[in-house]
Amino acid sequence: MTKIKNMADLKKLKEQLQSDIKTEGKNVRPESLVHVKIAMATCSIASGSRETMNYLVDELEKRNIDAVVTQTGCMGYCYAEPTVEVTLPGKEPVVYGYVDHHKADEIIEKYIKNGILLEGIIPVNYRKIDD
Amino acid sequence: MSEYRIHLLVCGGTGCLSQSSHAVAESLIHEIKQQGLSDIAQVVSTGCFGLCEHGPVVKIIPDNTYYTHVKAEDAVEIVEEHVVKGRKVQRLLFKDPKTDKIITEPGELEAYKKQIRIALRNCGVVNPENIDEYIVRRGYEALGKVLAEMDPHQTIDIIKKSGLRGRGGGGFSTGLKWELTAINEADRKYVVCNADEGDPGAFMDRSILEGDPHSVIEAMAICGYCTGAGEGLVYIRAEYPLAIERLKTAIKQARNYGLLGKNIFGSDFSFDIDLRYGAGAFVCGEETALIHSMEGKRGEPTMKPPFPSVAGYLGKPTTVNNVETFANVPPIILNGHEWFSSIGTEKSKGTKVFALAGKVNNVGLIEVPMGITLREVIFEIGGGIKGGKKFKAVQTGGPSGGCLTEKHLDIPIDYDNLIAAGSMMGSGGMIVMDEDDCMVDMAKFFLEFTVDESCGKCAPCRIGNKRLFELLEKITKGNGVPEDIDRLVNLGNVIKDTSLCGLGQSSPNPVISMIRNFPDEYKAHVTDKKCPSGVCKALMVYEIIPENCVGCTACARACPVGAITGERKEVHTIDTSLCIKCGACMDRCKFNAVIVK
Repeated sequence: MTKIKNMADLKKLKEQLQSDIKTEGKNVRPESLVHVKIAMATCSIASGSRETMNYLVDELEKRNIDAVVTQTGCMGYCYAEPTVEVTLPGKEPVVYGYVDHHKADEIIEKYIKNGILLEGIIPVNYRKIDD
Repeated sequence: MSEYRIHLLVCGGTGCLSQSSHAVAESLIHEIKQQGLSDIAQVVSTGCFGLCEHGPVVKIIPDNTYYTHVKAEDAVEIVEEHVVKGRKVQRLLFKDPKTDKIITEPGELEAYKKQIRIALRNCGVVNPENIDEYIVRRGYEALGKVLAEMDPHQTIDIIKKSGLRGRGGGGFSTGLKWELTAINEADRKYVVCNADEGDPGAFMDRSILEGDPHSVIEAMAICGYCTGAGEGLVYIRAEYPLAIERLKTAIKQARNYGLLGKNIFGSDFSFDIDLRYGAGAFVCGEETALIHSMEGKRGEPTMKPPFPSVAGYLGKPTTVNNVETFANVPPIILNGHEWFSSIGTEKSKGTKVFALAGKVNNVGLIEVPMGITLREVIFEIGGGIKGGKKFKAVQTGGPSGGCLTEKHLDIPIDYDNLIAAGSMMGSGGMIVMDEDDCMVDMAKFFLEFTVDESCGKCAPCRIGNKRLFELLEKITKGNGVPEDIDRLVNLGNVIKDTSLCGLGQSSPNPVISMIRNFPDEYKAHVTDKKCPSGVCKALMVYEIIPENCVGCTACARACPVGAITGERKEVHTIDTSLCIKCGACMDRCKFNAVIVK
């Protein structure tokens, strides 16, 4: 791995990573693919997020859907774990809660394949500092 | 893909539901069907948008229009105008309550949301095991900026001016803490991250370390640069294996990029981080005890001074900051102290992360600006009390804090106001209690924890807390006398005044504040031998009301100890000397004949 020796290096790396997102780089997920993000903090895992993640990875592959599945930390919605965020290409991310196998199946069939939103979306209810 | 080209999101959060948002959803669905648009428009109910005061809220995507205060009869206009003609319904657009200005940009509307995420900015956003995702979100820019453009003194000045105070609960100025270490000359200095999160019900620090470990690493390096330390140590409890794994991965990745190690960013500043594991002792959250534990000694506190900034780890100047405190540092460097200090109250700047737990609907991890009220936190963000029960109290500051009641719901939350109200900020645990919680039992719960966690070094804490606990146990068993209440308060105050460290100095807080706020409940326990919330079993008596009993024998069959007798079709009775107060008879009786006194 190349070392970052100054601010210019850091900037260059950041730009490279950002262009990877636009194209199909492998470091960070590309914008052209469906992106499924699963909250995987200790509490999420205790609520079954690992099973949900495995199920999603397997089923997306079985159903021939080109998607990137990644893990993330706590989204803050403890009452609704496991929580999953789905970003369809060109769309705003959508967060679903209580994602067991049944709900995960619905997410794939209805939302990912057909763009039909499911009941019980968890909207972003906080301000972000970077936009 | 479906033909849906428009989605109507109707808020189904507690606040909006109470203002009939379900009727709004129904009429939207009805209207869409009427107009023959069911194939292109979809109505979905969602969770809370965080705009509760302006509910019911309807959000339309893809154009991100928010309609507020929507009524069922507005559905016709929304569908005809917006869905069919693509024209926004001006009169329903969000209006600033103060200026009456219509807010159309979704970005501007963000400012009206209750929560703001600074320390949690990357949690649930980035993959914590991929440093690249952190870098894309301006990761390590703050460290680079500090090393390239600022000297330690200037950096400390920014942190001081930002008004950032210790998020572990103490509330000491972070910038000043750094300065106190910086001014001490020594061959070695240390930065310690206190990740010994021990309050029952608190999980803010774990969530940050599991969700965004790099922000803590970056901030520790900045702190090292400012204070002149070359080594950082994270003191983390071994019960947090996932946080430990993610931290290790993150440290390795940072080293690979040269963001930890020698000559960071080509400067002459070198810094590296190592982990130290704690065995999960509550007292080790206290900084002197934490340092002893890191040195391999018993986790016991010592008198301050000397402060760790003078003689800390291995006798060297050491800065100890909490995880959440560190997580606030990079955004302050990047956005400036003016930005940070514009959030919050006069003396408490920025935000605070709370682990909202207990009897609220939306148990969760929240980050709110200082100055928000408990009412907003519990009833809007938290979605109110579970099962429609009545709010009774909220415990802030964990076993060291106090309980706050109905009358405190509207005070702005900050360090000083919470202390004035008889509680404290603490590290951010917030346990909500409802009418079914008994305040004597709760006080006993917190004291049981402190008795267990007291290190035993000083007598007031070791012996005093045990005696407090025994008094409470006596009261919950029905053997209390009225004088016990004064005893609790007096002994509690002695423990607070004479204990060596923060643990003992604060451990009587829950019981003292509960006696202050719920004197009648304590009196009922000791004088009437009754537990008004029906929690203390020893004080409960099950009885059968003869007028309601039909002699169906259901209760007698349900009783596991054979305490209920009576002939079929005749009134039954409970032998209270045999009754174990399990409540099975009450659950089984269909005629409301069994009561608890």
